[in-house]
Amino acid sequence: MISASPSSILTLPDRWQTEVAAHISAGEAILASLELDLDHRLHFQQGLLLLSENRLLACEAGSQGVWKSWELRTGLRLQHHDHAGVATLELIAQEDEPVLLASWRYTLEHNVAALRLIEKFDKQVDAIATGLPPETEEFVACPTCKALLEPGQEECPICTRELHTPPSTWTLFRLWRFARPYRWQLLTGFLLTLASTGATLVPPYLTMPLMDEVLIPFQNGKPIDWPLVGMYLGGLTVAALLAWVLGWIRTYILALVSERIGRDLRTTTYDHLMGLSLEYFGGKRTGDLIARLGNETDRINVFLSLDLLNFATDVLMITMTAVILFSINPWLALVTLLPLPFIAWLIHFVREKLRTGFERIDRVWAEVTNVLADTIPGIRVVKAFAQEKREAERFREANQRNLAMNDRLNKTWSVFSPTVTLLTEIGLLVVWVFGIWQIAHNNSTVGVLTAFLAYIGRFYTRLDSMSRIVSATQRAAAATKRIFDILDHVSSVPQPVNPRPMPQVTGQISMHDVGFRYGNRSVIRNLDLDIQPGEMIGLVGHSGSGKSTLVNLICRFYDVTQGSVRIDGVDIRSIAIADYRRHIGLVLQEPFLFFGTIAENIAYGKPEATRAEIIAAARAAHAHEFILRLPQGYDSLVGERGQGLSGGERQRISIARALLINPRILILDEATSAVDTETEKEIQKALDNLVLGRTTIAIAHRLSTLRKADRLVVMDRGQIVEIGNHDDLMAREGHYYRLYQAQQRNNAEIVSEGDNE
Amino acid sequence: MSKIEFTLARNRSGRLVCTLADGSVHANITPVRAFPLAAPNEGLALMSQDGHEIVWVDTLDELNPDQRALIDSELTGREFMPEISRLNSVSSFATPSTWSVTTNRGTTAFVLKGEEDIRRLPNNGLLIADNHGILYLIADRKALDRHSRKLLERFL
Ligand SMILES: Nc1ncnc2c1ncn2[C@@H]1O[C@H](COP(=O)(O)OP(=O)(O)O)[C@@H](O)[C@H]1O
Ligand SMILES: [Mg+2]
Repeated sequence: MISASPSSILTLPDRWQTEVAAHISAGEAILASLELDLDHRLHFQQGLLLLSENRLLACEAGSQGVWKSWELRTGLRLQHHDHAGVATLELIAQEDEPVLLASWRYTLEHNVAALRLIEKFDKQVDAIATGLPPETEEFVACPTCKALLEPGQEECPICTRELHTPPSTWTLFRLWRFARPYRWQLLTGFLLTLASTGATLVPPYLTMPLMDEVLIPFQNGKPIDWPLVGMYLGGLTVAALLAWVLGWIRTYILALVSERIGRDLRTTTYDHLMGLSLEYFGGKRTGDLIARLGNETDRINVFLSLDLLNFATDVLMITMTAVILFSINPWLALVTLLPLPFIAWLIHFVREKLRTGFERIDRVWAEVTNVLADTIPGIRVVKAFAQEKREAERFREANQRNLAMNDRLNKTWSVFSPTVTLLTEIGLLVVWVFGIWQIAHNNSTVGVLTAFLAYIGRFYTRLDSMSRIVSATQRAAAATKRIFDILDHVSSVPQPVNPRPMPQVTGQISMHDVGFRYGNRSVIRNLDLDIQPGEMIGLVGHSGSGKSTLVNLICRFYDVTQGSVRIDGVDIRSIAIADYRRHIGLVLQEPFLFFGTIAENIAYGKPEATRAEIIAAARAAHAHEFILRLPQGYDSLVGERGQGLSGGERQRISIARALLINPRILILDEATSAVDTETEKEIQKALDNLVLGRTTIAIAHRLSTLRKADRLVVMDRGQIVEIGNHDDLMAREGHYYRLYQAQQRNNAEIVSEGDNE
Repeated sequence: MSKIEFTLARNRSGRLVCTLADGSVHANITPVRAFPLAAPNEGLALMSQDGHEIVWVDTLDELNPDQRALIDSELTGREFMPEISRLNSVSSFATPSTWSVTTNRGTTAFVLKGEEDIRRLPNNGLLIADNHGILYLIADRKALDRHSRKLLERFL
């Protein structure tokens, strides 16, 4: 028997089962395991690390079954750190100095398992030290999506599902979700198309009796039967009129549906996009997203409402024609349909070629948009560094790539239509030859041949339009995939399933053992901080020390990778995001204004605000007077991204914006760094109004700005290194002291330079 | 800087310790390349535990063999950028897609989250980030075999 705890050994991958069984003693329970996937030279090799009640066992990666073990004892600890996606786990013995006993490497894929192993290890060692049994298992949360994991479960089922199921080639069927609300209109459109194509099939049929019963007998000396002619011609007219009316209604209905599907697709995608976390936007290019929402939704709706229906009717039409042809003359029909397999093959062939092409064209096109989205907002920098030529060149290059890609595709594409035409001509020729031969042998009539020739023209045009479905489908599939890329993306800041209502907060924030990484870069480590309601915290530290990141975590723009952030004792991950953010006012270093009037920008967070409220906020933000000096006062347009205003003016508007929502928690991230000293004084006055009675976290470059702070928190490389008020910290002569000294030294220069805007 | 201005050693907890000419000792040194992609052999800094530059080395050749060996061993344990020599298979052409690859560090599989995780480098190089942030390098995609190129094309 392998172990006393069968559930834990079950979590081992199969290939380890027998080996492990051979190396552990009977009755030895395995508490945790970690698969190692790298050896010491960082080559991909398999290894395993096991923790049992009294020892740590390792099969070194790449060692081919050499096992080592370490008895657990006090003074042992496991330490892990990671860099560039590779984690190192070290077993260290604390003697007079720390001694490295062993170390193991693995990719971050196994990080969850490693953290569990370390936790269990610590508990075991503690138990040995204290002589008490280790505390029982608590729940573990998935580090990525925060879902609680079952005990012993190593991978989060939600995250793995998200990652390992790519949208399949059947993605197009997922569009049904968007077509569904319009299924009746689509059905009507389909029936109308069918009827109108049916109507167009009537005229060739009528040419047959016209030939055989009227014209040929007339040539043979019979008089023309006028009533009969009138009937046939009347039939032709009715068929033509019918096809016209039906076609008209059909086109109208489908155009309406098409636009509506497009609208739904765009709004749904945009809604979803807005719900995604900052992390998503950090990894995406604006131009790419614009291209997806613009062109590609358009392509999809055309596909759904036109191409797809046309294709369906084409198929039916071909079947109908084939049935008619066979009913008239089976042999001739057989010959007529002969080129069909060739065309089917051709379509298949071209499809293969085009499939990849269109996806790539889309990507290249997104690149073109990206260049625009990059340079136009940055136009001042481009001009300041006289790089217009280079940017023009970059755009030209992107365009050139787009052209080259299109050229390549067109090469395939362009032979396609003419080939279909060629096949049509050959088909006609074959029908002529066979028809004449049959007529000569009295197996057929001139009327039948004329009807066949008339049908066959329509028949092949249908095939041609059917072939268009190939490219349309491929394009639509590519577009669909890119749209569903957005729609399928689960926000890395997920909404809680059962959100806690949070109508009121006092503003007490506590962070416990917080760790955070951007991708593989660990930015914040083991951070603990408690902020009392109404307290003002000044956050200082070198640039890059993680201040803004901490603020991002408090705002829940990102979720912590470890530990928790609580407000009034409630984990912020259990509160609905919008509900939570309502309590937070944020003023950033680069205030972003939207295109619109000043009043609209101030009322951004509370659109229903009255004019009096807006003015009160502007007054408190010391923005009122400069606004009144503008030509249209509060109704002045600020220009795109607020370009019509100076930096300090923009900043004060963004302060008014934060003030208007009357938040309990106020966060100022270098709100005054980008402005001159005069303006800073103005802003400072505005801020003094703002911080009254609120929990405030202020990050400031100039330490003098934080004179009002109750406590200063000094950060360095993602950790809090000092906490205290100015005097304490100066007395301590540590990090803060050095920062302060450095600034004093620079101050003289800054003052003499005057403003730096 | 010339060769003898600092000495390196490894302490009992496995960390590098650097002693400068002025006698100051810095434990927990990490060597960091300034241009790991563009010029791996030029520009190397020894960073202290608190993230300050202790020593700057213009080119690796300027180090003496002992220093070089220690730094190399530390770098191999730290730098991880497997170079893909062949794409064996991909699970799908739509992302996320699992790629099975052969690299200079053995064969492995990783998940590519999206095409935007493929970064273009000069000279047809590509840098591919997987879902855990591990970077894979393709030095020259034109130099891959046909099969790999064909698979790769679909993502570019
Ligand atoms: N979106 C991001 N992706 C990756 N790294 C980031 C991102 N934002 C910030 N960082 C890194 O995190 C660290 C802390 O940044 P930040 O919190 O902005 O510092 P600061 O204290 O100056 O506000 C920096 O080293 C920075 O390079
Ligand atoms: Mg910052």
